[in-house]
Amino acid sequence: MSWLETLRTGLSAVLSHRLRSGLTMLGILIGIAAVILTVGFGEGAQAQVSGEINDLGSNLLVVSPGSSTASTGIRGGFGSASTLTEADATALGSKLVAPDIAAVAPATQRSETLTATGTNWTTTVVGTTPDWLSVRARSVTEGRFLTAADENADAAVTVLGATTAEELFGLRDPVGQTVTVNGLPLTVIGVLNTVGASASSSTTNLDDQAVVPITTVANRIFGGSTRTSIQSIYIEATSSAALSAAYQEATAELLRLHGVSAADADFTIQSQQSLLSTATSVDKTLTELLASIAAISLLVGGIGVMNIMLVSVTERVREIGLRKALGATHRAIRRQFLVEASVLGLAGGVLGAGIGLVGAVVLPHLISNPITISPTATVGAIVVAVGIGIVFGVYPATRAARLAPIDALRGE
Amino acid sequence: MTAADSLPVIDLHDVTKTYRTGTLSVQAVRGVTLSIQPGEYVAIMGPSGSGKSTLMHILGCLDPLTTGSYRLAGQDVSRMSDDELAEVRNRRIGFVFQQFNLLPSLPAWRNVELPLCYAGVRRDERRSRAVAALRRVGLADRIMHRPGELSGGQQQRVAVARALVTDPALILADEPTGNLDSAAADEVLALFDELHQSGRTIVLITHEGDVGLRAERTVRLRDGRIELDRDQAGALS
Repeated sequence: MSWLETLRTGLSAVLSHRLRSGLTMLGILIGIAAVILTVGFGEGAQAQVSGEINDLGSNLLVVSPGSSTASTGIRGGFGSASTLTEADATALGSKLVAPDIAAVAPATQRSETLTATGTNWTTTVVGTTPDWLSVRARSVTEGRFLTAADENADAAVTVLGATTAEELFGLRDPVGQTVTVNGLPLTVIGVLNTVGASASSSTTNLDDQAVVPITTVANRIFGGSTRTSIQSIYIEATSSAALSAAYQEATAELLRLHGVSAADADFTIQSQQSLLSTATSVDKTLTELLASIAAISLLVGGIGVMNIMLVSVTERVREIGLRKALGATHRAIRRQFLVEASVLGLAGGVLGAGIGLVGAVVLPHLISNPITISPTATVGAIVVAVGIGIVFGVYPATRAARLAPIDALRGE
Repeated sequence: MTAADSLPVIDLHDVTKTYRTGTLSVQAVRGVTLSIQPGEYVAIMGPSGSGKSTLMHILGCLDPLTTGSYRLAGQDVSRMSDDELAEVRNRRIGFVFQQFNLLPSLPAWRNVELPLCYAGVRRDERRSRAVAALRRVGLADRIMHRPGELSGGQQQRVAVARALVTDPALILADEPTGNLDSAAADEVLALFDELHQSGRTIVLITHEGDVGLRAERTVRLRDGRIELDRDQAGALS
C-alpha cells in the first residue's frame, strides 16, 4: 500500500471519530501552545533586558565594590563594602596606567526626594563627573551637562532625566528652574536624552534620575562617613576590541592600589556581556522552568494519543483481521496506525501553534510583557508534536500488526 | 491449456493441525489429503467441531498447518513466512465471510478495491477494476453506497465482488449464507453458480445441507478426517 493510500486511510479513520480525535488532539494542542508561549515569553523578556543593557553605553566596564570570593572564607555581600574611592577613579583615568581606557566616571547614587514649587518626586540622585556623559553614551537635549568648573566649585547644579523633568515641571521648561534636595537648592542646567527606559525592574530607569557633580553630592547632599567612597566606576574602553585589555589594566591597577592579591580582590569588574548574562540568567531559568512544565503537558498529551490508539486497535480488531486476510503485511498494518497517530499529532501541533501565535499577539496587551515568537521554535514544536504521535503510536501499532488474522477475524 | 492450468488449485497432503493451550492439546485436523482441480465447485461440510473451520483457515493461508504439505496453485505454501502468506492471500485467494466484513465507513467501490491497494495497483486502475467487479455481481448502481445503505444480500454481493477483483485462483467462502434470509441466500448462491459456470474455482464451507447440494462435489468432514468425498452424481472420488 502506498504512503498516499495509507495517509488517506489514516485521515478517514481520524475523521470518522471526530469527537474522540478532537479531544485527543486537544491534549497535544494545549501542550504545543504552552511551549510556544512560554518560550516566546522567555525570549521576549531576554530581548528586553539585553536591549536595556546595551543602552547602558558601548564598550562599558563597571567596577563595583565588594568581593565575590575571599581567601578567609568570608564572603561580603555584593556592593556591601565601600572600598572604591575617587582616587581609584583618577588613577584609572591616567593614560600611562591604562592606555586602553578612554574615559572614567566614578558614580555614587542614592534615592532622594526632589522638591520644586509644590511638587515633589523621589528619584535617584547620581553624583558623577563630566565624563559620565560620554562613558554612558548619553547626550543632553536641552541646556548643558556638568563641567569641570561645576565639579571644582561644588556647584549646586543638576541635569535631570526626561521623566524626572516632566514629573517635576510638567510642560514648563525645566532649564533654569530650581529643585531642592535635602535643603540644598539646585539649579537645573540641562535635560538628558530619552533612552526609552522600560517597565522592567531589572535595571534602574535611565530616564528617571538627577545627575549632580560628585563633589557637590559628597560635600553638600549626602555627607557623612561614606562621602569619599563611591558605588561604581564606569570605564569606557577605547574600542570594543580593547575591552578585555582595559579590563586587565583596571584589575591590575586596582589590586595594586588596594594592596591585595587577585584572590582577595575587594571589587568586581563586569563587562556589558557579564551584566547581560547575569540579568538574563534569571529570565532563562524561569523560562526553562515554565517550558519544562509545558513539556510535561505535552507528555500527557502523548499518553492521551497512546490511550486512544490502543482503544482504536481494540475496537478495530475485525478490520485488522480483514485487512490481513486481504493481503496486508505486518508493515502495512503498523504503518496505517502510525500514520493515524501522527495525523493526530500533526493536527494537534498545527492547531496548537496557531493558538500559540494568536496568544502571542493578544497576551502582550494584557500582561505588558513582550512575547517573541521564533519561526524555528514554532516549526520545531510541530515536528515534536508529530514525533510524539509516532513515539506514542508505536506500541499500539505494533500490537495491531502482531494480531493473528484468524483471531482478529473472530473477534467481535 | 498451460502447465499451470493443469495443476490442482489445492493439493493437501496428509495435513494435520494441533492447537495447544497450555498443557491441553487438541488435534483439529487429523491427516487430510485433498486435491481440487481448476474450475471445481466444492462444498466442505460437517457438523460443528468437525474441523471444517480449521481446514478453511488452512486453505485460506490464515493459519499455518502443523504437519503435512499444502500446494496452492502449484506453489508450496506450507513453510512460508507471514508476509509471504499475506502476499499469497492477496494474489491467489478471494475471501467471502459469513459476517460480510465490509468496512462501514467506505463506499462499496472502496471496499472492493481494498485488496488492490495492498497489491500496489494504481488508483485509476483500481477504480475501474472495482467498478467492473461490482457490475459483475449486479451492483453497478450501488457503487457509491456504504454497507449500511445496502441489504444483507447486496452486502454479501459486494464482498463477492471484493473476492473477484484480484482475479484469484480460488474463491473461498466461509458460511456465505449464514447471515442471510433464504431469498438473499438464493441470490448469493445463484451468483456462485454463475461464477462456477464461467470457470471459477470455488470452495464453500457450510453446515447447511441444501447449500452444499448446489456444489458439484461435496467433502464431508467428521472429527478432523474426511468422511465422504463424492461428486453430485454420487460417484466417490
